[in-house]
Amino acid sequence: MSAPPSPLVGPALLRVRNLKTYFVTEHGKGTARAVDDVSFDLYPGETLGIVGESGCGKTVTSLSILRLVPEPPGHILPGSVIEFEGRNLLALPAPELRAVRGNQIAMIFQEPMTSLNPVFTVGDQIAEAAIIHQHLSRRAARARAIDMLRLVGIPDPDERVDHYPHQLSGGMRQRVMIAMALICHPKVLIADEPTTALDVTIQAQILELLDRLQQELGMAVLLITHDLGVVAGHADRVVVMYAGRVVETAPTERLFDQPTHPYTEGLLAAVPRIDAPRARLHAIPGQVPAATAWPSGCRFRPRCPYAWEKCQEEPGLLETGSPGHTARCWLVTEPERRQVKR
Amino acid sequence: MTLVEVRHLVKYYAGERGWFGLGRPRPPVRAVDGVSFTIAAGKTLGLVGESGSGKTTVGRTMLRLQEPTRGTVVFDGKDVFALDAGPLRALRRQMQIVFQDPYSSLNPRMTVAETLREPLEIHHLTGEVSALLDEVGLDAAFAQRYPHELSGGQRQRVGIARALSVAPQFIVCDEPVSALDVSVQAQVLNLLADLQARRRLTYLFIAHDLAVVRHIADEVAVMYLGKIVERAPAAEIYAQPRHPYTRALLSAVPEPNPRAAKQRIVLPGDIPSPAHPPPGCPFHPRCPHPLKSERCHTEPPPLREITPGHVAACHYAEQPM
Repeated sequence: MSAPPSPLVGPALLRVRNLKTYFVTEHGKGTARAVDDVSFDLYPGETLGIVGESGCGKTVTSLSILRLVPEPPGHILPGSVIEFEGRNLLALPAPELRAVRGNQIAMIFQEPMTSLNPVFTVGDQIAEAAIIHQHLSRRAARARAIDMLRLVGIPDPDERVDHYPHQLSGGMRQRVMIAMALICHPKVLIADEPTTALDVTIQAQILELLDRLQQELGMAVLLITHDLGVVAGHADRVVVMYAGRVVETAPTERLFDQPTHPYTEGLLAAVPRIDAPRARLHAIPGQVPAATAWPSGCRFRPRCPYAWEKCQEEPGLLETGSPGHTARCWLVTEPERRQVKR
Repeated sequence: MTLVEVRHLVKYYAGERGWFGLGRPRPPVRAVDGVSFTIAAGKTLGLVGESGSGKTTVGRTMLRLQEPTRGTVVFDGKDVFALDAGPLRALRRQMQIVFQDPYSSLNPRMTVAETLREPLEIHHLTGEVSALLDEVGLDAAFAQRYPHELSGGQRQRVGIARALSVAPQFIVCDEPVSALDVSVQAQVLNLLADLQARRRLTYLFIAHDLAVVRHIADEVAVMYLGKIVERAPAAEIYAQPRHPYTRALLSAVPEPNPRAAKQRIVLPGDIPSPAHPPPGCPFHPRCPHPLKSERCHTEPPPLREITPGHVAACHYAEQPM
């Protein structure tokens, strides 16, 4: 974990406002409102975790930032704003966007196996961004690629630079992905489930590497994950998403101490703990609704143990009174309702 | 009473030939390399390991979904590997499996009812589809649905109902919750625990996640490169792991607690290929034990009893790390 940038002073590096990314579903029958009015800020040097289960919209949010959502079937609605250093990326002409993408904002993906091109050496793939964005010569870019391989902890970088992706293990491939993303020293790294496909001992290596590189390079990290354990150990602040919405934001310790939204509370209780004795787990009843048919009112209402009449109307993100802690739940204004479970 | 006994189970896969099948054969892949354990009736053994540890191969070979290279599996007094097709089929009724991926383990062209009736027909049994669905917490209306109409959690419930349909004594649960979201994972784990209590089932629960195993297993065995490196009652292995690999695995689990100031052991290097296991102790190239010595490079440590009921394969299992 990097030093917490609190209080969060100065301007945000990345401001996401009212982001709506919808998809037209097959046969044009409906609209999947995958990301539905999402707002958050990313400050310089911090790690912001975006956490949620399948279908909550966390990956579509990250793809929308770099305009990587395939259009069609997807489209980002007018009125959405993604502001990076004062410019709205969504309004940028393609050449200017390309100068940001992979240069000042870089991204690593879940599947290191499928995100690398199998017919190019890892050296070529790492060097590509430096040739394009920093206009380095091939020779200089290759030297940079070797430096990057060394930086991400790959042994024998002078040899590995000429290897193809299939010659590397899953953990090594993810290191290559990181080297590729960081070669231009981006200000923002978007890491979308960077360790989900990896074994737990390899996951620990990669998370440690990301923490170290963040401190050395001083970049901001947007860490997208379904794993509350990963968030707890590596994020300064957390955004919890459910059904295309942000339902809670808080500094990490605060979120785990005082989860306020019933979804966050349920999710935390459902995680099997390594330090707890064998016991029944707390399950959230039901399942995540489909993005084509979000429930009316509060979207968590059908699964919520506290829901009452008022929840037919969805609240905005309400201030809990603790700095930086907001939750989209009427329990913030009527905490006594928490005593009444259905 | 012991229901299942596995003795010296070995499963090698023939090495592939390079050069389009013309080159020299490569060394065999030692997927499972001498694994032994027992499971008492009504209990759960958690079998834990990372990719390539051989845990899935153990489960499949026990049911003879794959033929073993060597070894013995005794189920309810019968030698599973010695049975002919007829008696094996009869025995299979007692031994079922739930697979990891609920998306690929159900036939997309069969309704839920057809999926659940198939094993009954094979074994000439009668059973009520609606009762089975009820038992796994699904509404009877699901009987006429196809897999693509179900969520991951619902599909896994169908997979469990299919295993239950022939009223088995023993179920191999092969990563049954790994593909599910946390909130649904908890539902399925609770269901498996309820079914075990109600039907007195015996489970082999295969998983890569030590935290999940903690909530279901009575005993835990940890595998690394085809071998069991530690086995102990669940409470014991979590409180006092003896093998450096188990200790590292436990410390690597990301805990949902930002203040968990635990000493994280980050293992160096990758898991070696089971086609080329390191000599001596297979874990020695990554081992963080301070007493690691020349002996670890040459002498494979036997699985030996450290305290009653707790075995570990490490020369220095008694010494703290």
